[in-house]
Amino acid sequence: MTAAARHLTVTGPSGLPLSVHAEGDPAHPTVVLVHGYPDTHRVWDDVAADLSADHHVVRYDVRGAGGSGRPERVRDYRLEHLADDLTAVADAVSPDRPVHVVAHDWGSIQSWEAVTRPGAEARIASYTSISGPCLDHIGHWARHRFARPTPRHLAQLAGQAAHSWYIVAFHLPGLAPLAWQHGLAARWDSVLRLVEGVTPRAGDPRSARELAGDAVRGIGLYRANMLPRLLNPGQRPTLVPVQTITLTEDNYVSPALTEGLERWAPQLWRRTIPVGHWGALLEKGTTVARMVREFTAHHEGGPALPRAPRRLVVLTGAGSGIGRATALAFAERGAEVVLLDRDLESAERTVELARLLGATAHAYQVDVSDGAAMDALAAKVAAEHGVPDVLVNNAGVGHSGSFLETTEAEWKRVLDVNLWGVIHGCRAFGALMAARGEGGHIVNLASAAAYLPSRMLAAYATSKAGVSMLSDCLRAELAGQGIKVSAIYPGIVNTNITRSTTFSGLDDAEQTAQRRRVSGLYARRNFPPEKVAAAIVKAVADDRPFVPVTVEAKAARVLGRLSPGLIRTAARFRLG
Amino acid sequence: MTPMTPMTSMTSMTTAVKSPPRFPYDTQDLDRFRELQQLAYGCAESVAAWLAPGVTEREAAGRLRRELVAAGVQDFFHIPFAWFGDRTAFRHFRTPLQFFASGRRLEEGMCFVLDCAPVVDGYTADIGYAGKVGDNPIWDMIAQDLREYRELILREVRARRPLNEVYASVDALIAKHGYDNRHRVYPGRVIGHQVTRTVQRGPAGVNLFGFGVRTLQTLGRELVSERVQGRSPLWADGRSSQHPPTPGLWAVEPHVGFRDVGLKFEELLVVTEDDAYWLDDDLPHVRRWEQSR
Repeated sequence: MTAAARHLTVTGPSGLPLSVHAEGDPAHPTVVLVHGYPDTHRVWDDVAADLSADHHVVRYDVRGAGGSGRPERVRDYRLEHLADDLTAVADAVSPDRPVHVVAHDWGSIQSWEAVTRPGAEARIASYTSISGPCLDHIGHWARHRFARPTPRHLAQLAGQAAHSWYIVAFHLPGLAPLAWQHGLAARWDSVLRLVEGVTPRAGDPRSARELAGDAVRGIGLYRANMLPRLLNPGQRPTLVPVQTITLTEDNYVSPALTEGLERWAPQLWRRTIPVGHWGALLEKGTTVARMVREFTAHHEGGPALPRAPRRLVVLTGAGSGIGRATALAFAERGAEVVLLDRDLESAERTVELARLLGATAHAYQVDVSDGAAMDALAAKVAAEHGVPDVLVNNAGVGHSGSFLETTEAEWKRVLDVNLWGVIHGCRAFGALMAARGEGGHIVNLASAAAYLPSRMLAAYATSKAGVSMLSDCLRAELAGQGIKVSAIYPGIVNTNITRSTTFSGLDDAEQTAQRRRVSGLYARRNFPPEKVAAAIVKAVADDRPFVPVTVEAKAARVLGRLSPGLIRTAARFRLG
Repeated sequence: MTPMTPMTSMTSMTTAVKSPPRFPYDTQDLDRFRELQQLAYGCAESVAAWLAPGVTEREAAGRLRRELVAAGVQDFFHIPFAWFGDRTAFRHFRTPLQFFASGRRLEEGMCFVLDCAPVVDGYTADIGYAGKVGDNPIWDMIAQDLREYRELILREVRARRPLNEVYASVDALIAKHGYDNRHRVYPGRVIGHQVTRTVQRGPAGVNLFGFGVRTLQTLGRELVSERVQGRSPLWADGRSSQHPPTPGLWAVEPHVGFRDVGLKFEELLVVTEDDAYWLDDDLPHVRRWEQSR
């Protein structure tokens, strides 16, 4: 037994030698990694290094690339031959046990050919496809959309066509080879850096000349297969369990292409990584490796794996008002919800309601203003339920009173909950999202008071303005990691925040009377928290950064931009 | 305890509040009211037992009316109503016309509400009966929680809190439960209204906008005379209900909903000069709570 890399040469049925590299303990499940165009097996370096700890990792250079044999004719690049090569490698490295195939780009296209051959399930235990669909499936996909030209279908066709310009270019005689040989290969690193936004890995042993050779030969992949398969697609179903990893930022393969894939691969798992075509392997290698590990483990008898990633939503202040309504709105849409509140009983009530709607829900007691407690809770949630896909920092307290009447303790309480609570939430759960590498969405509840000054809301409006700016800064910082940030500006919403609002400079009886008065005002405005919840769900779905909800919140925003002086004057009136 | 005590805080109101009227009914009257309420709940239960998937709201309301007439009912405070499915929570109600029974058909798992207000010899009952066909876990939960509303209302009325404050307490309980207030969809947002013996004038059994002609007469007269006294025979959350409970009989109908499920009960609350109690505890929803204890 050795964990060191081993090199061997496998000769396929067509007689071409294939350069194969194996690492990890051969007693472990075998994973065969198939690279795309214009890469070599080296593109898998990060994934292989991670997986080889508990897998027998095998990768090879496909025909025409790297150290493998170079076919003479375009027709030698047909998918049948490429699938034969894959089968030959699998038979050579794991003759007695089916292998798990993981493939990217053209590697994925050719692996689909092997996976959809009758009886493939006997040799292939599972297949993870990254950014490379089965060409026959795409032929049917396009036919279906041309036959039913709904606006949505036409948009999908147009979207993919815009991604596929280079395929046309590769069919024009002479153009692509010339480009590769005269500059593109030499500048490939820059292309990756500028167009793909990834840092090319140091140590690609290929010279520009060798890369150009691989790339020019690889054009044969396109010319031998694209038109015949797309124009005359065959029926290619498979019984092999398939995991498709959709790359949301892919410049070449649009996510819509996997729509309806269940028709061909009934055993389908769907995963998503918010990254570009090469970023998945060059920057998110550990994320890909983790997904492959979970998938192979499941098919080697390991724990169950949900078919579609269930969405985990964490909400603070989930025991009442907007928090509860938002929790239920996500629950209704199939998310699993983790509900945090200072008042555990109220959060448990929300759990009960969420379960009535068919969702999985959990309640935890926490004070959002306590940073250490939030960190501990985030770790606990991650261990028990996983990393959240959506975080809603909703918990907040109301406070009204002029600046000079507001005591230090009152300031502290308002800032601790409304601003520090959001900071703690973003830190604790945002760090988990970033570490996982699958993106996410953070929703922070600000307030129309964040941009609408009032002499009676100094503390509250200051805290919410902080949340607003924090959200803007965070959005910029986390954009590169696929983590979206939305700030919500509700306006006057009928929730129990008015029943717990404190007022500076009033005795208890006056506070009660004022609370009743304001609650009455909010009740008459009668804007239900459910509508804010709907706006939050939409903000997450559409990635909207700035969301004023009620008419007054929108009007104040517009007014504040048209005439800042006017709202500064209006701020002098005692309202609320 | 003098009934004037809680009124002192009301002196700031624009309308001078006179002392509340004396409780107008004797034991015999209360017995008649109670018998009629029993009769109304009995008919509702029998219609509920007959309900099955496929029946429409109109068929259910019609059957309820026929059963009541067969049992000797002469007139209606309002015509019988039946609501099925999300109509029990008054979802998407834009006009009062939508309260009338529709062609909606009952389906397995749906909830329903029957509401009728029969009049016999001027005595009036006004009841609401909530039920379900088949399995509906949301209904089960709200049905259980309704008990808290019945207890809360009685407790606060006994404390002679102003009716609009009782209304706000019910709203707070609804918020705590995570439901929403559906009685605010009723005309005037009412959670209840006063019930008196109707005066025997005008044709019995003739309806206008779903209310008996005699009802409208009585209600109209009450609205005017009570308003003069700074009180309202309608119990809502506004300023007109900013007075302690008026002695007499109140039909109270907390109606709460969650998503597409709405439930209510409606029954008479007896308010005397210094106490309050539910006219009858032997009612289907109360028996259901007793059984599940």
